[in-house]
Amino acid sequence: MRIVVLTKPVPDPASGGERLGADGRLDRTNSPAVVNGNDEYVLEKALKLVEAAGEGEVILLTMAPATAPETMRKALAMGATRGVLVTDPPIGGSCTVATTRILAAALKTLEFDLVLAGVDTSDGGAGVVAPGVAALAGLPYLSYAASIEPDAAAGKVRVNRITPSGYDVLEAPMPALISGTQALGEPRYPSLKGIMAARNKEITTLTLADLGIDAGTVGTAGATTKVVDSRAPEPRAATRVVREEPDEAARQVVALLAERRLI
Amino acid sequence: MPPVTTANRAPGPFRLTEEHEMLRDAVRVLADERVAPRAAAIDQTAEFPEDLRSLLADHDILALPFPEEHGGLGGELLSVCLAVEQLSRACATTGLILAVQELGSLPITIGGSAEQQARWFPKLASGEQLIAFALTEAEAGSDVAAARTRAVRDGEDYVIDGAKRFISHGSVADLLVVFAVTDPEAERHRRLSAFVLEVPTDGFAVTRIEHKMGLRGSPTAELAFDKVRVPAANLLGAEGDGFDIAMRTLDRSRPGIAAQAVGIAQGALEVATAYARDRKQFGQRIGDFQMIGAMLADMDAGTEAARQLLYKACVEIDAGAPDASRWSALCKLVAGDNAMRVTTDAVQVLGGYGYIDEFPVERMMRDAKITQLYEGTQQIQRLVIARALLGKGG
Repeated sequence: MRIVVLTKPVPDPASGGERLGADGRLDRTNSPAVVNGNDEYVLEKALKLVEAAGEGEVILLTMAPATAPETMRKALAMGATRGVLVTDPPIGGSCTVATTRILAAALKTLEFDLVLAGVDTSDGGAGVVAPGVAALAGLPYLSYAASIEPDAAAGKVRVNRITPSGYDVLEAPMPALISGTQALGEPRYPSLKGIMAARNKEITTLTLADLGIDAGTVGTAGATTKVVDSRAPEPRAATRVVREEPDEAARQVVALLAERRLI
Repeated sequence: MPPVTTANRAPGPFRLTEEHEMLRDAVRVLADERVAPRAAAIDQTAEFPEDLRSLLADHDILALPFPEEHGGLGGELLSVCLAVEQLSRACATTGLILAVQELGSLPITIGGSAEQQARWFPKLASGEQLIAFALTEAEAGSDVAAARTRAVRDGEDYVIDGAKRFISHGSVADLLVVFAVTDPEAERHRRLSAFVLEVPTDGFAVTRIEHKMGLRGSPTAELAFDKVRVPAANLLGAEGDGFDIAMRTLDRSRPGIAAQAVGIAQGALEVATAYARDRKQFGQRIGDFQMIGAMLADMDAGTEAARQLLYKACVEIDAGAPDASRWSALCKLVAGDNAMRVTTDAVQVLGGYGYIDEFPVERMMRDAKITQLYEGTQQIQRLVIARALLGKGG
């Protein structure tokens, strides 16, 4: 079982330092990069599937600035086999269309049974890269997976797709591309063994030239959309913390909610 | 062909790598969740925490110092020290389990043959066996070369007679590195030899467990050797190499004690800071009184300075710096003195609450004291540093 996991380094949402620069692009200098949260859920699933299969590999595919290996190491420490990083200065500022083209081109250099991606990223949030890559790479696309069950012998994969009222059971031939959710299960902590092993795992770097993509068609120059403004929500009123014994705390919370006519 | 990078970036002097941060954080989570809740009971009962020894083994923490070909994780000194620091932040006794495992195995790393390493390292890396470093004697503390324990060659064996004192883990270890005099007539620094003794064995006895001020869960033993036979195959290096092996061991092991000291100080700083934030007197948080705020600031500054010196020392020693002795003495000196100062101040910040066992700072203060004493007193560290500055002279 060979699985490619699309992973993106994003500013740590916990750091609160996420800002847009004057050019409308994300200013990454204020917060440390971490692996996108939804990508960790699908990575966990990929690791479990390869472990269950007893053979195979989990390959990380990342398009990011040249500092990305620092972030990719955590995913390698969780157990991914190796990484492929597409990085090239002209890529900076790419819109989702260009990102999709680049990742689809990079996928062509790899052999796989499945491609997994998080449903969206915490910095961009468009949620269109995974279906876009599937479309360009000619892969079946199964979205919002809560479970993933490949049948290697039959060459098929089954997915429970979350719907507003429950889930649909989808089936597609492999290779296929699946976007997954946190319903796939909690990502593991890297073990010490995993962390130490990650230090010597391979990260291959690909450039636009390696993929045969014209630099003028990507990045800020080739962007089809542009962020012209961004606004933060108004700060909310101060939080009131109730610190009492449980019975008294419950009484006060109920009184407060009743006073605001929330219950 | 695209370039392939497998390069593991060398630890930068001013910033930990992503891998080091991951390792530190992994150990910190384990220490917070599993070690910290046990620390008070370990101190009160003064019992060696077998459960935490298993925890460290199960999570491959004891494997850190050992080479990969023998089941270890091949961690360099900085990785080992990051782990000791995080464990000691929660419980100094638990931090010492890893530090002593490294201390005891270093003579085998330094003086042992490939065959000896293959024989002993796998079970030490897995945590199945513990190892202790038996150098100190009642009359030979700082003056190592004054040791009187004898080892006499008899056929294929050596026969050891004598006693060792203040041996950390001496009563729970499966292997002991025993330093004994093989040639009393030799020049002072050529008298000692180092042997790996597998215990229990005939003639070996634990004669006392010390009652200590701090680090109470870590057994410190007095050991007696009465015609104990050890195969000549267990001699590390050549006869007379013992003193050199011991000194080179301490060059690499002292940073482990500095790491323990930094961890203890950090733990005390965190307790004091949380207390200064919560405790109100005269209608305000006590941390907002400048006298308390300044104490916390000094505690943080001293601890961070000790930590950075420790990390730098680790990197220098691993890089083979010719003044490794100086680096290891510098970091132990600074970190040990800082730990004593910071834990004492933490007790002060907590006032009466700091003096009782409702809070961990009184334990941390007692635990901190040992970092100024063992693996060379602070006076010996200064001697080592001064000699490095002045040259050994005649």
